[in-house]
Amino acid sequence: MDPVKELLQGNRRALARLISLVENNDPLKEEIMQRLFPHTGKAYLVGVTGAPGAGKSSLVDRLLGEARRSGFTVGVIAVDPTSPFTGGAILGDRIRMQEHALDRGIFIRSMGTRGSLGGLSRAAREAVQVMDAFGKDLIIIETVGVGQSEIDIVKTADSTVVVLTPAGGDSVQTIKAGIMEIGDIFVINKSDLPGSERTVAEVNLALDLKEEPGWRPPVLPVMALRGEGIAELWQKLLEHRRHLEQSGFLESRRRERAESELGELVEFLVKSRVWQNIKTQISLEKLIEAIALRRRDPYGAARELLRQINFPL
Amino acid sequence: MSEKKIRVLVAKPGLDGHDRGAKVVARALRDAGMEVIYTGLHQTPEQVAEAALQEDVDVVGLSILSGAHLTLVPRVRELLQERGMGEVLLLAGGIIPEEDGAVLKEKGAADAIFTPGASLEGIVHYIREKIAVS
Repeated sequence: MDPVKELLQGNRRALARLISLVENNDPLKEEIMQRLFPHTGKAYLVGVTGAPGAGKSSLVDRLLGEARRSGFTVGVIAVDPTSPFTGGAILGDRIRMQEHALDRGIFIRSMGTRGSLGGLSRAAREAVQVMDAFGKDLIIIETVGVGQSEIDIVKTADSTVVVLTPAGGDSVQTIKAGIMEIGDIFVINKSDLPGSERTVAEVNLALDLKEEPGWRPPVLPVMALRGEGIAELWQKLLEHRRHLEQSGFLESRRRERAESELGELVEFLVKSRVWQNIKTQISLEKLIEAIALRRRDPYGAARELLRQINFPL
Repeated sequence: MSEKKIRVLVAKPGLDGHDRGAKVVARALRDAGMEVIYTGLHQTPEQVAEAALQEDVDVVGLSILSGAHLTLVPRVRELLQERGMGEVLLLAGGIIPEEDGAVLKEKGAADAIFTPGASLEGIVHYIREKIAVS
């Protein structure tokens, strides 16, 4: 049977398979995404990011409980790094989400960063759309907060939660890394550790330095393992969503997202198709050799190749 | 231009708390370029099957040192079949006596059994041979 129809009827196996197709950049992907698109746009997207070991998975696990109690069905996309050397990955975020393993209202999917054409942000965003079309009310994207592609994923969310810990120097490091700009809510996890109050104060201070109309990101002390502070976090998320809707930010965020998505898709098509054309039509060996021996410069060579396949420059 | 990778669920069903073997195998599979979803200790067969479904894996590897393999492995197979995942490669590892292993294979519960002394290369090779990635 047709997997898109099955998915729209609520078949979870079809959901899992379509996410794989999308992740693998299957030739059928484009058509599938086109058919799913009219059914997307309803889910509330939350990004959760932070340093390795900050407790993101445990936090998401607890958040799942709150969301379910409020009657939301939830999809989770948990991203872990792929080894750049072997292409393999160990995806271990499920270990901390066992409590909900048998809840039919929750669907958890682990993804490796892979680092393929178009990057992770494309694959994760498309997986989000598949879950959205399936009918999940809330979709949580959890990713390690290092590197540009991870930041890009988080930027596809409606609300972003940045998870920090009191461990020495951590907050200052995070401010340096520029993560302060992407958070709508800041969580200081493991708040039983010494230095927690100081970290809360430091983050608050940093947030006071930037001005944003309408929404001042709250800084919440949380102990994910014991479930403390989770109800407050969930309330803040709902509050932020209301703020986005009422202020018109939701619309402008979604418009920005549409623009970058369109740009990425065009770039992807051009990159993959044009390069494929060049490789099938033109023998590149001599040219590459000439550039390697520095007899030719790569800038002129690139333009010449595009001219040869009649690509308008 | 598909970019498929072999996805493997490594799970420890049942009550024993020894996950060293499972972790060593998980690492070896990762180093062989596979995506390994590791779910931790004390999984019920239902949890294993559910995770296999959501993660859309090609292979499920069960590590069992408790002696309950004759119950757990067929149960996982049954639950996978119920979920339309009958084609998944199901491997069992751990302390499994030869005669029990033969029973599990005969019943079609396990596709292969890897007991202590099995080489990591052997496991990688077996999976690669069975799961042809385009």
